[in-house]
Order: sequence, then structure tokens, then C-alpha cells
Amino acid sequence: MLYKLASPQAFFPVAGTLIPWFGALAAALALAGLYVAFIVAPTDATQGEAYRIIFIHVPAAWMSMFLYLIMAGWAGLGLALNTRLSGMMASAIAPTGAMFTFIALWTGALWGKPTWGTWWVWDARLTSELILLFLYLGFIALKASIDDPLRADRAGAILALVGAVNVPIIYFSVQWWNTLHQGASVSLTRAPAMAMTMLTGMLLMALAAWMYSIAVSLARVRNIIQERERHAQWIQA
Amino acid sequence: MSEFLAMGGYGLYVWGSYGVALLCIVLDVLSLKK
Repeated sequence: MLYKLASPQAFFPVAGTLIPWFGALAAALALAGLYVAFIVAPTDATQGEAYRIIFIHVPAAWMSMFLYLIMAGWAGLGLALNTRLSGMMASAIAPTGAMFTFIALWTGALWGKPTWGTWWVWDARLTSELILLFLYLGFIALKASIDDPLRADRAGAILALVGAVNVPIIYFSVQWWNTLHQGASVSLTRAPAMAMTMLTGMLLMALAAWMYSIAVSLARVRNIIQERERHAQWIQA
Repeated sequence: MSEFLAMGGYGLYVWGSYGVALLCIVLDVLSLKK
């Protein structure tokens, strides 16, 4: 089953069927998340309404790291197994990963100004997240600069895998260095340091971001398959 | 309603965050059309 789906030809229609489902889930979860974020969640005692940026900032930042690891995973799989679809999946994820990285940085700046008094500081968390954006953009540019898709996949995979070391650096930066950025408020090993409604809103938005990323990546990989396999008989039929 | 939009004086920051995020998503989806 999995081997069969690894061929672009078999995956193409399956992806097409899944897109509307993930898209609808993303929209429903985002609506629920925004409802909690703006209607249910109370005003914060110290930050006032500015803290509502958290509901977009944290899910975007999580997504920027998750998507990089998934992209690097696909790229690595392609390198190891020589499966064509893997490199296409990595290419399909990159633009959306870069988008979430940009959103995390942008909303961080707009949150930093009223709470820290500055749009930007060169602290470890912010700087490593900026490097993540450059890694995504570098990956996209590198692949676009090589004409032969298989060579582009290999070169991109090496960049993606080397760059993956940046992800734990981002995650642990707030523990390893003295940063202006606060530490993690949510972890798997202890109770979250925030109100339940806030956590619910954040998790809903994070799930929406996941569903959105899956839908968009599937749609993009279909475009890439169409482009790369345009000489194949099945796609012309 | 205007109170909601004002976000306790943080309207520019809150809506600037959500607005740009929405714009990014719209552009991301539009980029899928060939």
C-alpha cells in the first residue's frame, strides 16, 4: 500500500481527494480557535488585550519548526531511498514552512513592541528563528537554481538535513542562553503555565495550522507532480 | 464593536498580527493556482 502510494502517479488522485477534507477541517478548527481567542478568553491581567497575539504567534512558531523537520525528513528519505515523490513533498512543504516562520517573526515583533518595548532584539530565540527563515528560503532558491530535478532534490536534501540542527537550537535557545524571549509555557512533562481557555485556543489554532499545512502541501505537490511528469503518458491522458 | 476593534489600545498590534497572517495565507493559497 505504502509502496504503491510512493509513486507520483498513484499519489496524485489520492492527494486530490484528501485536500477538501483537510481544508474543511482547517477552516472549522480556525473558526473555533478564533472564537476562543477573541470571545471566550478573558483579558490578561498584565498584558491587557495585546496577549491575544499568542493565539497566532505560538501556533505559527510551532508550525515553522514542525514543517522544517517534516521537510527535512522527506528530503532525507528521498536521499536514502531514491523515491521521486519524497523530493517533491519536501519542495511542496517549503513555501508554507517559510510562511509560518515569517508569521511567527512578524507577530513576535508586533507583540514585542508593546510588551518588551522593542520590535526586535538579537537574542538567541529570535535570531535562530530568523535563521530558520533563511534556511527555508535558501532551500527554495537552491532547488530552483538546479535544472535537473533529481540533482536539485539531492542538493536540497543535504541543505535541509544540515539545517535541521537549527530546530533544536530554536527550541532550547530559551534554556541554553539568557534570552528576552520567555521560556516554554506548554510542555508534555508538566502542567501548562497558563489558563485552560488560553491553552484550548492555542491548541485549536495549532490544529488548524496543521490541517491547513497538509491541505496546501498536498495541493502544491499535485502541481509539482503535474509539472515534473508532464511528459508521462498518464498525466497527458 | 469599536471597543472590540480598539483591543484596549493594542488594536494596531493585534490586528496587524492577524491581518498580515491572513494576507500570507491568502497569498499562499493563491500561489497554488497555475
